[in-house]
Amino acid sequence: MQKNGPVAILFHTLVVAFVLAPLVVICLVAFTPENTLTIPTTQFSLRWFRAILDYPDFVTAFGNSLWLATIAATLSAVIAVPAALAIDRYHFAGRDALNALFLSPLIIPHLVLGVAFLRLFALIGVTGSFGWLVLSHVIVITPYVLRLVIAALSGLDRSAEQAAMTLGASRWTVFRRITLPMILPGVTGGWLLAFINSFDELTMSIFVTSPATVTLPVRMYMYATESIDPMMAAVSALMIALTAIAMLVLDRMFGLDKILVGEK
Amino acid sequence: MNRSPAAPWLLVSPAAVLFAGLVIVPLVLTVILSFLTYHYDTGIGDQYTLAHYGEVLSDSYYLGIFWRTLRLAFLTTLLCALIGAPEAYILSRMRKPWRSIFLLVIIGPLLVSVVVRAFGWSMLLGSTGLINGALEILGLGPVKLLYTETAIVIALVHVMLPFMVIPVWTALQKLDPQVEAAAWSLGASRFTALRRVVMPQVSIGLLSGSLIVFGLSASAFAIPGLLGGRRLKMAATLVYDEYMQELNWPMGAAIAIIVLLANLVIMLAYNRAVEARARRALG
Repeated sequence: MQKNGPVAILFHTLVVAFVLAPLVVICLVAFTPENTLTIPTTQFSLRWFRAILDYPDFVTAFGNSLWLATIAATLSAVIAVPAALAIDRYHFAGRDALNALFLSPLIIPHLVLGVAFLRLFALIGVTGSFGWLVLSHVIVITPYVLRLVIAALSGLDRSAEQAAMTLGASRWTVFRRITLPMILPGVTGGWLLAFINSFDELTMSIFVTSPATVTLPVRMYMYATESIDPMMAAVSALMIALTAIAMLVLDRMFGLDKILVGEK
Repeated sequence: MNRSPAAPWLLVSPAAVLFAGLVIVPLVLTVILSFLTYHYDTGIGDQYTLAHYGEVLSDSYYLGIFWRTLRLAFLTTLLCALIGAPEAYILSRMRKPWRSIFLLVIIGPLLVSVVVRAFGWSMLLGSTGLINGALEILGLGPVKLLYTETAIVIALVHVMLPFMVIPVWTALQKLDPQVEAAAWSLGASRFTALRRVVMPQVSIGLLSGSLIVFGLSASAFAIPGLLGGRRLKMAATLVYDEYMQELNWPMGAAIAIIVLLANLVIMLAYNRAVEARARRALG
């Protein structure tokens, strides 16, 4: 194996500094005792974290996002697993077209999806409904679940399923007792990736949320366009901490590079 | 296995119904909306018109925003390629623990909300921010960075970099390091080996990475919204303003449809070009 030269190491250090700089600054400023966005040098304070608790907008939005992401990711897994089974195991008319349709939210800009959902919801009179917001998120995150479940299914050894079939197990039993446990890592990984994507989604949600269903990223975006104070840094630091925890869990369970870089 | 013809349809139908109802129907409705008349007093009319497309494609205000969107997306793609490809190559040559640690560092921010990352850059680039502070110490005085195109491009590169590193990294994984070593032992210089052995492999990843980065940058919303201010608009923030401030939905819909079509056309043309290139390479 060849080693990286000093120029390569320097380049790499600069890239890493570039990648981490905004995140590090947020985490430092969040602890400032001042009223302005300054990096604390002598004193650290938790006052801006306390301030979040007294500002119900962020707390409500966080709760909304948590519910939204949990329900949307679960619904997405419930429809993606059977769809993945059909796509992986059967050849039927329209299979490729349906597969393309299911993956299309990856290609259609979220901006366009947001505008399109807004028009549909306005026409059928459901703007601001939480249920329809969940469905719009299901559309955006299902491609991630579908891809991971199909990858898990295609790498599956079918002999156990065939043995169970031969011994008289029903198809439902085979699925519940054999197939599902075997693809569970793929389903869980897909669920987590879907959850994170739903939790972070801004561009589509900003068109279809109402003051009652506003999500955390939308709330934060609105807040940042109006006023900027260290509370924004404190909320952002909490988001970074939560993401870091989720990343560690994902990495321990599946290897983050496998999920983000693709099946290897 | 029981091959009843209805089984796949039953399995796929919940997802199919949902996607038909919430992807195809809304898109068709939006296309229709973009052809409807609009009046500031009476709102959306029921007559059809091409006026919105005509205005968007002839008014210098809209054309200027489209031009800025394409220019900044192109610049972002170029910078991501120039930073991402060497970085992926360096990562692929690292030793065991460091390689996965730094891969996590580079692609992990992908999971952090874009709003958070944009906010971080607005603090770094602000008039009292860290970068201006450093420039002042060097005697280069405060420079207006926030609410400029430079700020938008810096933050876009930051957000898009993982999308460039991932495909190049994946392509490099398929290259046996022994091949590069073989080129050396056969007398090729380091540069020749890099150009003839590594670059062809990297370019496969670069092409798919560029496509993703360009598409996402051209429709980016949070970054221009928070770092471009009210005056420096890009396509996505323009659509948002048409919808939420002007309340001219048909006009917003027309712009959104143009963004979608431009995205699809660029993607198809690009795929064609890549395929043609692959065919030529294979002879």
